[in-house]
Amino acid sequence: MSTSPLPRPAKDSPRNRNHGGGIRSGEGRFGWLFTAPAIVIIGVFLVFPIFLALWVSVSDWGGLGSPINSQVEFVGSKNFAHVLTSGGLAEKDFGTSIRNNFWFVVFVVPLQTALALFLAVQVNRRVLRGRSLFRTAYYFPSVTSAVAITGIFAFLFASSGAVNSVIAALGAKGPTWFADPRGLFHIIAGVFGVGDNPPVLSSPVLLELSWWDWLSGPSVAMCVIIILVIFTTSGTFMLLFLAALQNIGIEVEEASLIDGAGPFRKFFSVTLPMLRPTLFTVLTLGLIGTWQIFDQIYILGQGKPAKTTLTPAFLAYQTSFKDLNWGDGAAISFILFAIIVVLTLLQRLVLRDREKERLDRPLSRLLAAANAPSAQNIPSAQNRGGR
Amino acid sequence: MNTNRKWGAALLAVGMVAGLAACSSGSSGGNASSNKPLTILIGSSGAAETKAVQDASDAWAATNKTKVTVTAASDLTQQLGQGFSGGNPPDLFYMSWDQFQTYASKKYLEPYAANQTNKGAFYPALTKAFTYKSKFYCEPKDFSTLGLIINSDKWAAAGLTASDVPKDWASLETVAKKLTTGDTVGLAFGAEYARIGTFMNQAGGSLLSKDGKKVTADTAENIAGLTEVKKLATAGVLKFPSALDSGWSGEALGKGKAAMVIEGPWISGLKGDYPNLKYTVAELPAGPGGKSTFTFSNCWGIPAQSKTATETESLVKYLTSDAQQLKFSAAFGVIPSTESAAKTYATTYPNNAPFVKGNNYAVSPVAFAGAASVIADFNSQLEGIASGDPKAILSALQKNLQSALDTANGK
Repeated sequence: MSTSPLPRPAKDSPRNRNHGGGIRSGEGRFGWLFTAPAIVIIGVFLVFPIFLALWVSVSDWGGLGSPINSQVEFVGSKNFAHVLTSGGLAEKDFGTSIRNNFWFVVFVVPLQTALALFLAVQVNRRVLRGRSLFRTAYYFPSVTSAVAITGIFAFLFASSGAVNSVIAALGAKGPTWFADPRGLFHIIAGVFGVGDNPPVLSSPVLLELSWWDWLSGPSVAMCVIIILVIFTTSGTFMLLFLAALQNIGIEVEEASLIDGAGPFRKFFSVTLPMLRPTLFTVLTLGLIGTWQIFDQIYILGQGKPAKTTLTPAFLAYQTSFKDLNWGDGAAISFILFAIIVVLTLLQRLVLRDREKERLDRPLSRLLAAANAPSAQNIPSAQNRGGR
Repeated sequence: MNTNRKWGAALLAVGMVAGLAACSSGSSGGNASSNKPLTILIGSSGAAETKAVQDASDAWAATNKTKVTVTAASDLTQQLGQGFSGGNPPDLFYMSWDQFQTYASKKYLEPYAANQTNKGAFYPALTKAFTYKSKFYCEPKDFSTLGLIINSDKWAAAGLTASDVPKDWASLETVAKKLTTGDTVGLAFGAEYARIGTFMNQAGGSLLSKDGKKVTADTAENIAGLTEVKKLATAGVLKFPSALDSGWSGEALGKGKAAMVIEGPWISGLKGDYPNLKYTVAELPAGPGGKSTFTFSNCWGIPAQSKTATETESLVKYLTSDAQQLKFSAAFGVIPSTESAAKTYATTYPNNAPFVKGNNYAVSPVAFAGAASVIADFNSQLEGIASGDPKAILSALQKNLQSALDTANGK
């Protein structure tokens, strides 16, 4: 890399710039210059496409030529309305995709986080022999291409594949995994004698789907994808947890042992709270990643069976490229974007550092009380308050 | 001095980025020669088809002193959509029957067919399939109808003879039951409108009224057709390919997992993968409403305002000539789209004569602009037909298809 003076953002004081000469002259200019490639790349490949997509979502572009030409007209929220409130197939498809993805997220995010944490704790043990072997093995699915793993799963879960052979050997009959559109909760309800589509639940409530549809749970085919995704991503998150675990000093552990904490107490009262920032990262990454699932869907059936593996990301692709409704497709993408942002903020709110607040609140009250008579004399308290 | 060099380096970096960005938009300039190389994008059934199209194009290119590149798409619709939106569509492409009306309504296609000298040579049903708002857009490259494909060995093993070939639904049920054994199911076909729709038509139904203005999906005839399929499925003599670990029913036939399938002339492509497979072709059995089958076709699409239209029109004329179409038939089994060549085909390939005969009463599947996504939804419902309610499935189809039809007519 260059050994030139560090680039500075254009915050340089006017004094500096006006002076012209001197060793620090023109730093702002260089700052812009050196960041220019990155700015151009981000602008061309990220910012511009996003605004273009936003424009497509509110225009009637038919997919012919550039979206920015005089024949393309602004249609306001028409595309969004078509997807959200048309009462037709477009709305139902979108509702179905949200339903599928919702159950997918509900199952994947907690399970993959728990599994990743469990694996990380196991391979972090000092007494475990061949630790690096296990670490590599668990991380391996994450390094392998999603396409390859999905292909292997397609063979494993074929109706006469390895999984069904094992089930058959145990005396049961496995389902035709990828062709089974029944929802998991519907199957369970069926066991308890609840018939198909009970009339109480059969009228549409939201996005053209009835309660019965919303409460179906993931379909059998979707369950395979859930297993597949948990299998691939838990290795990645294990790595994050492992790094965080190794940051916890041995003295903390010893201190808790001296205080008489057993292994469970130690884990839940000492280790887990110290992992909170990592937990937040893992949950956020998991949430964002699972709402955007596409590759596995594209390879395994493209929404089949009976649209139970249709996800918003895949629906956006299909609406755009297959049905040539580019506006609707872009609108779906932006609705998905909004969903992800809202859920991430919500999760942030739920997971915010309550522990710290609880400690901080009495402390600051105490300090406030102490400050009250002569606040000006204690600058450190003011600093604390501003933290 | 040092400053200047730094400025230069930075400018170079920006220049490289700009260059990179420019590359992404493809090459617009260059090549000003009169004989521009042409590109063809096809949805190929296999290596045989790709090679046949490439050979034919090369022969034309040699006489016209140009070069034609044939690309077999892995996903034709998606790649076409990408090409058009990027402003860079192929010069010539397979336009499938189910997407044609959508493409025509969105003004993607050049209506060149009406000006071609051989426009009258095609089957009227095919000309109609590629006509949008009474304009004949693109010339059909071939056609296929559906027939009943029977595995000869399994047929003989079940003790059946040529006189047992099913003529109506009742005999279809009987032979399907006889052919169903431990590992083999009697009948298999894709759980989709393009197969199951024939049962609805055989029952006397259709999805559209005669004038094409009203959707008639939930009629008693259509329900009867769908109920027949459900009956076969619940009896266990009909299974869909995905339940037989196959991508399509032809694969199930080749693997010996299905004894009879409903497919088209493209079934001959199986000889590559399953050289020992022996099969016979029969017309589809008739239902209470008489005989019916579907006819499918692709046409040679040319993008609207194509700069190479003159060349590609000449190429299409060459590719749709009787002689060339018969060469395609020899290579990958399709039936020529011109009436004269189809007659020659039927005598050359007597085994496939039932397919040609089927075209006498065949209808095109419903495919108006916007119908594709409704049909896709219908297909997804059909996957669960064994446990589903035909009437409910058809009333959902009625509602969605009518709304799509209204949108299409409103334009």
